[in-house]
Amino acid sequence: MIEATVEIPGETKARVALTAESVDLLRKLWEANGPLMFHQSGGCCDGSSPMCYPEGDFITSDNDILLGVLDIAYDQGSKPINFWMSREQFEYWSHTFLTVDVVKGRGSGFSLEAPEGLRFMIRSTLMEDAKPFS
Amino acid sequence: MTVYAAPGSPDALVTFKPRYEHWIGGEWVKPVKGQYFEDITPVTGKAFAEVGRGTAEDIDAALDAAHKAAPAWGKTSSGERAAVLNKIADVIDANLELLAIAECWDNGKPIREIIGADLPLAADHFRYFAAAIRAQDGDHAQLDHHTVAYQFHEPLGGVGQIIPWNFPILMAVWKLAPALAAGNAIVLKPAEQTPVSILVLIELIGDILPPGVVNIVNGFGVEAGKPLASSPRIRKIAFTGETSTGRLIMQYASANLIPVTLELGGKSPNIFFEDVADHDDAFYDKAQEGFALFAFNQGEVCTAPSRALIHKPIYESFLSTVVERTSKAIQGNPLDTETQVGAQASNDQLEKILSYIDIGKQEGATIALGGERADLGGEFAEGYYVQPTIFEGHNKMRLFQEEIFGPVVAVTSFDDYDDAISIANDTLYGLGAGVWSRNGNVAYRAGRDIQAGRVWVNNYHAYPAGASFGGYKSSGIGRENNKLALDHYQQTKNMLVSYDENKLGFF
Repeated sequence: MIEATVEIPGETKARVALTAESVDLLRKLWEANGPLMFHQSGGCCDGSSPMCYPEGDFITSDNDILLGVLDIAYDQGSKPINFWMSREQFEYWSHTFLTVDVVKGRGSGFSLEAPEGLRFMIRSTLMEDAKPFS
Repeated sequence: MTVYAAPGSPDALVTFKPRYEHWIGGEWVKPVKGQYFEDITPVTGKAFAEVGRGTAEDIDAALDAAHKAAPAWGKTSSGERAAVLNKIADVIDANLELLAIAECWDNGKPIREIIGADLPLAADHFRYFAAAIRAQDGDHAQLDHHTVAYQFHEPLGGVGQIIPWNFPILMAVWKLAPALAAGNAIVLKPAEQTPVSILVLIELIGDILPPGVVNIVNGFGVEAGKPLASSPRIRKIAFTGETSTGRLIMQYASANLIPVTLELGGKSPNIFFEDVADHDDAFYDKAQEGFALFAFNQGEVCTAPSRALIHKPIYESFLSTVVERTSKAIQGNPLDTETQVGAQASNDQLEKILSYIDIGKQEGATIALGGERADLGGEFAEGYYVQPTIFEGHNKMRLFQEEIFGPVVAVTSFDDYDDAISIANDTLYGLGAGVWSRNGNVAYRAGRDIQAGRVWVNNYHAYPAGASFGGYKSSGIGRENNKLALDHYQQTKNMLVSYDENKLGFF
């Protein structure tokens, strides 16, 4: 399990983490594709899942928010993966802690893991100190 | 009652080929890299055919074929193209059961719906655009006594289309019909969850179309969809799917300066005003059915009525009635014509739905019905079945804000008209909505006040050709299912003609 850095000004607790399976898969994808990023999707079909792209392939803007940086390096150096979400979506997600997990699956937009027969998926838990629905 | 034999069994009406290649230039073409992937049926969770795993090389070959075919196809008369579309519709009608079984096995949806809705709608859609293109006129304006501006519709040329898995054939047809009618050549990438049924259709209609006018390349989004969407050789890209991929496709399109149409989902409110319960009559029965339609197609519909808003005075009575009604929905073998709720389309879809049921419970929403994976036992034990699930909660919960794409409805109450509209519009999306009332004035006002591209009034989940379909807000750009869609596949040629013998006099 790897926890992300805290990136949102004024916050002290991580918002995103990776399961061990996710870390393994991300290391493999990094090996094949180079630096990576996540953008959390919404909407239909393959939506509501975290999409993994080569870093910079998806152009983020001021209307996206960086929830945290996940470093998947073994012991030395760093392999940072930014985890992004659109600001408007974050309005509705801000009270939940997100764990990126992996399940068997097929298809996920242009996310890099699909050919592996796997998909990243979000498991959510309520954040203890979050104030939902305020 | 009929239970169709499963493909592969002795009495089956459909025998899938062990392996499907790409359809390029009017023939089956092996993937350049020689790779294939397995197509899994959600009915049993087992693989049943291999499908070409397309890459950029295959997309390029398909674009070669499309560009070769486009000039001649684009110059055919609208009458000729309409005749082709009508022939395709006839073939769909004549092969209803075969196509339905293929679709059922690929997607997991109940065959009753495919025979009753998906395929008749697909055939009618071709006929609608056959009629629309014949009825389409150009335009002209006499700008002064000597000068006339003529406006001609011209096809764009080679276009790309990326299709979702929830209605594999019908959603392909929504995009194919207007593009073909307008005279374009197409490279189409089906969803990797449901790659085969559209190829079964192509086996039937392939010889009606000139070679290269429709090309189908299967494969994964990142390997085949991305090279198609980012190709400088397409004149337009159409996509149905989710928001991150939608944004990414727009980014690729911006690099190539080409138009995009996007259909990106929704979280559609279904509003029940108190007067629906004024009488216990046919209309009240219809409204109850309108609620239960959240489980239609296992909830795998971009416009699924996944938020039910019930007027406070009838909240308890209406909810208990519809919980009871939904509990009677028949879930089972999708090949059984009695089945109303089938399988989710893929394992990850199943997992995602279950994760939403989990976060819903954590957020304090209460379950009025369902809430579990459904184990149908026997050969279906490993299929992807979820019980129709009804949650009660409030609109700020994630359950109310994200598209679960499963048979899950989130229910809340509202105080008055303004409260209903405020809750309905408190969402990122604006694709569909339902309004139920016996008062025409209330229903009309609500229909206009809801920020969504399609508002069903006193009905839901009807998709007749002719009724435009598309999103407000984050639900997308563009309209399908109506002659408006022709505009998304046509250029406007303005020919400005002077009938004056005399010079301008400037030089």
